[in-house]
Amino acid sequence: MKNSYDDILAKLYGILHEMLEEVPELDENTDLLMDLGLDSLAVMRLVEAVEDEFDLAIPLNILADVKTIKDFSQQLQKMIEGK
Amino acid sequence: MAFFDKLRPLAEARQHLADLGVDTIHVVMDEILSATEAVINGRRSILVGTNNYLGLTFDPACIEASCRAAREEGTGTTGSRMANGTLTGHVALEKELAAFYDQKEAIVFSTGFVANLGMLSSLRGRGDVILLDADCHASIYDGCRLSGADFVRFRHNDADHMDERLRRLGDRAANTLIVVEGIYSMFGDQAALKEIVAVKNKYGAFLMVDEAHSLGVLGAHGRGCAEEAGVENEVDFIVGTFSKSLAAIGGFCVSNHPELELIRYASRPYIFTASSSPSAIASTREALKIIQHRPELRQQLWENANQLYWGLQELGYALGPEPSPVISVRLKEAGKAFSCWRELLKEGVYTNLVLPPATPDGGSLLRCSVSAAHTSEQISRIIAAFATISR
Repeated sequence: MKNSYDDILAKLYGILHEMLEEVPELDENTDLLMDLGLDSLAVMRLVEAVEDEFDLAIPLNILADVKTIKDFSQQLQKMIEGK
Repeated sequence: MAFFDKLRPLAEARQHLADLGVDTIHVVMDEILSATEAVINGRRSILVGTNNYLGLTFDPACIEASCRAAREEGTGTTGSRMANGTLTGHVALEKELAAFYDQKEAIVFSTGFVANLGMLSSLRGRGDVILLDADCHASIYDGCRLSGADFVRFRHNDADHMDERLRRLGDRAANTLIVVEGIYSMFGDQAALKEIVAVKNKYGAFLMVDEAHSLGVLGAHGRGCAEEAGVENEVDFIVGTFSKSLAAIGGFCVSNHPELELIRYASRPYIFTASSSPSAIASTREALKIIQHRPELRQQLWENANQLYWGLQELGYALGPEPSPVISVRLKEAGKAFSCWRELLKEGVYTNLVLPPATPDGGSLLRCSVSAAHTSEQISRIIAAFATISR
C-alpha cells in the first residue's frame, strides 16, 4: 500500500498514542526527546513498532538527524520510496 | 550555549551519586593481593568483578615472560604496527592465534575495543549494512558508527527477529555483516549461534562473533561460543580481547578470508595506534598456551560459576537466564543498587555496579564475574555477603 507523507504522519501519531500513557497534543514539530521525554529504551521501542508498521529495517544512524516527528516522518518517507 | 554545557547533565548525575555517597568511577585498588583479592579503602576484599576468568594475572609463567620481554625489548614499542611497532612477538602471537583457531589469518590489535573499531570500520562502509544484536558492546556500536554503514539492530539473541530484518533488507541482505557476542557481558547469556548461523546462511550474509567473554570459557578447547555450538566453520570473523581470560591487554581478529590481511592497510585504528607492549604480548602468548594445556581451569571456572549462580538464586535474587561466569543480580531501582553495592564493598566484596543507560533493560545490575582462581570458600563468602545486605 502506498504511504503518503500524511499517511506516515497519521500512523506515527497512532503508534505514539498506543505506546505512551500520557500523550500531549502531537504535531509535526513535537520533539521526541524534549516534548515526549522518550529515553533511549523508549526510542528503540518506537523504532521497532515503526519497523513492523511499515515493514522496514530502520538503520539507527538515521536517528542522528531525527529530532521531531516531522524529521522522522520524512526519513521514513525516503526509506519507503527507496524500497 | 556555553562551551561545557554538553557535559552539564553528566555533572548533575555525578552530583546526585555523590550525594548518595557513591563514587564507582574512583574505586581505587590500594593493593592487589592476588587474582581474586585486593585491598580497597583499607579493607581486604574479594574481587568478583574483574573478568579475570581463568585467574591468570598472577600466573608465574605469564609474569616471567612479561618481565623477560620488558628487560629484553623495553617497556613499549612507541610505534604503530605499520611503522616500528611490529616485533617478533606480535608476529608470533598472530601465528599462534591462527593455529589455535585453525584459521588462515590473524591480526593483533592494541585493545579489544580497537579490534572492533578497526574491523567494523574497515569491513563495511557507506551504503553497506551491519545488523547487530541489541545488547552488543559499545565498541561494536562505535565501530558501526565509524564505518559509515547503515546499522540495524535486532532484538537480543532473537534469530527470528534477525531473520525479519534481513528479509526487509531485500537485495542488501546478502552482503550484510551480522555481529553478535559469544557471551554477553551484562547478563552472561550465550549467543544462540546455531539459530543465528542458520538464518545467516539463508540470506548469504556474513557473521562476526566477538568472543571477548567466551574465549577460554566455552568450547572443548576454550575457543569460545562458536566452538561450543559447533559452528566455527560458519563464522567469518572472530574477534576477541587479551584483557579477560588472557589476563593482559590487546585484541585480535582471526578469519579464513585471505582479505583479512588487507585490513592492516585499511584500518585507521590499527595504523594510527601504538602497538601492544612487548610485556603484554609475551604474557598473552603464555596465557594462550595455558588455555590449551590446562582445561581443568575451565572446569574449575564453571564449578565456581555454578556455585555462585545457584547460591544467589537460592537467596531469591533475580539473575540472568543461565549459569555463566558472568552473573548479574538484577535490581529495579538505581538507588537500591547503589546501597547494595556499597554494603557489599563494606562486607569486603567487590562487584561491578552497572546503571542505566549502560544496562540493556533500563534496570540496574550488581555484576559479578567469576574466576577459576576463586576458592569454594571465597564463593561461599560472596554468597554470605549477598545474604546480609538489605535489598
